[in-house]
Amino acid sequence: MNSETTHDDHHHGAPKGLTRWLFTTNHKDIGSLYLWFSFIMLLLGGTYAMGIRAELMQPGIQYFDPETFNMLTTMHGLIMVFGAIMPAFVGLANWLIPMMIGAPDMALPRMNNWSFWILPVAATMLLIASPAFGWTFYAPLSTEYSGGIAFFVFAVHLLGFSSIMGSINIIATILNMRAPGMTLMKMPLFVWTWLITAFLLIAVMPVLAGAVTMMLTDHYFGTAFFKAAGGGDPVLFQHVFWFFGHPEVYIMILPAFGIVSHIIPTFSRKKLFGYTSMVYATASIAFLSFIVWAHHMFTVGMPVAGELFFMYATMLIAVPTGVKVFNWVSTMWRGAMTFETPMLFSIAFVFLFTLGGFSGLMLAITTADFQYHDTYFVVAHFHYVLVTGSLFTIIAAAYYWLPKWTGNMYNEGLGKWHFWLSTISVNVTFFPMHFTGLAGMPRRYADYPLQFADFNFISSIGAFVFGLSQLLFLYIVIACIRSKKAEDKATDQVWEGAEGLEWEIPSPAPYHTFATPPEIK
Amino acid sequence: MSFKSLKTIKDKLGLTALLVFSGSALADVDPYVGNGATYDFPDPVTPLARTALNQHHESFWICVAIAVVVFGVMIYSLFAHRKSRGVTPATFHESTTVEVLWTIVPFVILAVMGASATKSLIEYEDTSGSEMTIKVTGKQWYWVYEYVDGKNTPLSKKGKVRFESHINADHKKASLNNLDVTKIKNYLVDVDKPLVIPIKTRIRFLLKSDDVIHSWWVPKFGVKKDSIPGYVNSTWAYVEKEGTYRGQCAELCGTYHAYMPIVVKAVSQAEYGKWYTAQKSGAGKVKIGTSKAALMKAGEKIYATKCAACHQAEGQGLGKTFPALKGNAMVNGPALEHITMVLKGKGAMPKFDDMSDAELAAVITYERNSWGNKASVVKPADVKKAR
Ligand code: HEC
Ligand SMILES: [Cu+2]
Ligand SMILES: [Cu+2]
Repeated sequence: MNSETTHDDHHHGAPKGLTRWLFTTNHKDIGSLYLWFSFIMLLLGGTYAMGIRAELMQPGIQYFDPETFNMLTTMHGLIMVFGAIMPAFVGLANWLIPMMIGAPDMALPRMNNWSFWILPVAATMLLIASPAFGWTFYAPLSTEYSGGIAFFVFAVHLLGFSSIMGSINIIATILNMRAPGMTLMKMPLFVWTWLITAFLLIAVMPVLAGAVTMMLTDHYFGTAFFKAAGGGDPVLFQHVFWFFGHPEVYIMILPAFGIVSHIIPTFSRKKLFGYTSMVYATASIAFLSFIVWAHHMFTVGMPVAGELFFMYATMLIAVPTGVKVFNWVSTMWRGAMTFETPMLFSIAFVFLFTLGGFSGLMLAITTADFQYHDTYFVVAHFHYVLVTGSLFTIIAAAYYWLPKWTGNMYNEGLGKWHFWLSTISVNVTFFPMHFTGLAGMPRRYADYPLQFADFNFISSIGAFVFGLSQLLFLYIVIACIRSKKAEDKATDQVWEGAEGLEWEIPSPAPYHTFATPPEIK
Repeated sequence: MSFKSLKTIKDKLGLTALLVFSGSALADVDPYVGNGATYDFPDPVTPLARTALNQHHESFWICVAIAVVVFGVMIYSLFAHRKSRGVTPATFHESTTVEVLWTIVPFVILAVMGASATKSLIEYEDTSGSEMTIKVTGKQWYWVYEYVDGKNTPLSKKGKVRFESHINADHKKASLNNLDVTKIKNYLVDVDKPLVIPIKTRIRFLLKSDDVIHSWWVPKFGVKKDSIPGYVNSTWAYVEKEGTYRGQCAELCGTYHAYMPIVVKAVSQAEYGKWYTAQKSGAGKVKIGTSKAALMKAGEKIYATKCAACHQAEGQGLGKTFPALKGNAMVNGPALEHITMVLKGKGAMPKFDDMSDAELAAVITYERNSWGNKASVVKPADVKKAR
């Protein structure tokens, strides 16, 4: 289909030039902006990671002095969490939610523009700040023992504004703009998981803002929220931070659950098993995520009753998470599977995220956690859930919906190369970290005793390959967007087993869709 | 456990720099990580560490069992249920029975895990009935140990045994200057003065901090506890075997977080008694002569452990905060001001009044006569007068 004529069916086509992007209120444009921004941040955060792995490849200090090394680990974490993963999911939400619920756009398009354009400003401020106190910025290291923190604090504030505005927009869109007949329990799972995620964001971003504000006044205005000598409490900081921080990890994984719940049924050619239980499991995880935060703080010293409570609550999360994994496996069971790139990434997700879930369950066991805590075992754990968890589903989603966005199929052969390179190298990188951690290597170490040398060397090799593999992804995406070949043209349904409103509109999706709401059967 | 296979990979990669250490890396390793095993917790030497190890193994094997079932089903499905085999997809997509089942079964498994974890945790956190107490203070970037009470320890302040434990300065220097570290024994996990404790004694550790949060961790003791400003945390250890046990700081505490290791020497109770008496009478203290050469020699060591973190190895200072001592007016000026500065501190400059007269004389003399500085020698008697 000729896209120009489609545009003419509606009000107008896409404007030209830079102002199109600067002033856009179109959910697809804003979605693209978010996705490109997050990809740039992924490469930037990845560059920091390469620096870390280069330094740790051999014992001794070769490239970065310890302070710079601390800056690298800090910035790597902050950029990946706030710059790459979260904006990528918001970008997907922008592109997909209106198309999935049959809405013409997001409910609050101007705010949508604003919530995106705040991000590059926040990222710039973060880069100017370049703190070295760890992405968890524990007081008093961050408040009393670090230089200028104002840029860091305001960067976090801006990121918070952006997230909260994005979430309000998503909630308003989902609750008000669904096509007639689309009841809540008919909503696609990506929409459901994002609805719940948006509530999580609104609940915890203000808590983070509170933490950094107290940090700011402690540093510049003589307050003592976290300063023991002034009657404050450094442990309070950790409680506040992790009250934000634990829901935050679910903010980064719930939309991933949604994505996988779209892709696996498509390529299994079979309906998702247990839709209702998926919704309830997501809601249960979201609820539990608010009452487990102190499992990050077992070594801080807590009453036994407190430790037991947080241990039990944390273990409980395994139940709804297990339900999800079982549902995905049952969806595949007796399907008719094919293994295109999005499916490969989703299958890898189910395996490797579950692996991260297992180490998470082990970390919940408080007595053992005293040994695991702050070692590379934890580093391995959260990279399994965040890289092979969140990042893998973002990549899977990109491959899955790319034909809808661009109108062209990507190069499947290269996609498979990308998959195998990424999956092998990611395991070469992070699997040995379980061992380095168990053997006793603390995290955030610029240099380490010799017995950790072998595994660190392997991790570094894996990391370099993983990092470079993502450039292949960039090439595949650009080639797909720019392809003019007729044989690359995507059909409307794109995938044989794909179901949902977004597959009923043309490929590429016209600039404006669903000006009149579709019929929901 | 051998890493031969890994070494072959490396050899094949032909990275000569790595070849240098691959041969020695594992040969000289301290028992810190147990009998060469680098893929599991080190061998426990306390009941706590054994509990942690058991809990770790128990949860690990339960996870393995679950993984075998879930991944087994999935892998079978990935082979059997593929379109290329000409299967037609089934249409089922709901079953309340199985949903309930796979909610309840994991719950039961978790209850089993939780029960044994609860028992172990209560035992772990019981710090009562201790026979002696050691106060551990975390500082940027070293530990201070103080024997508070116990069978052999008087409660009075007088004669209290208290000392600092810094990383072996040679290790830190080798690390920061990118020297060949592969031949260094116990690289980065060696200190100038280890903590000495008796075996078969229930020891309570009280943890505090004077600046940021640190975390005192000895893997073989199964003990990791944060030292937090404003708090006194406690944990305990009952060491069963004599030996030297090593650990590291586990909470990011600033620039030299990786350079504040912990070394604990566990000795027989008789030997401990002897050591303790010697410490109390000051016999453990290093004697420093009063000649310029002796002061300079001792001063160099003290400077490296206590001052170089801020003023840097060559006295060149760091940024705007930490002044250079090289060519510094106060350092090249009258001795009294210099002594007072080090004794009393100022702003971010800590006070060092807990050092002995001889030690202070040594480090001050060293500063006054290094890096091109030329000023008077300071004798212990001068320091005594200035106190
Ligand atoms: C925690 C960091 C730190 C350590 C460790 C440290 N200093 Fe300092 N030092 C400072 C700071 C900061 C100043 C500047 C104080 C001021 O003028 O406000 C300073 C100032 C000085 C001065 C005076 C310089 C001048 O121009 O006023 C001398 C002399 C000195 N230190 C000696 C020492 C000695 C000797 C040691 C080791 C025993 C030592 N310092 C350890 C931070 C440190
Ligand atoms: Cu958590
Ligand atoms: Cu530390």
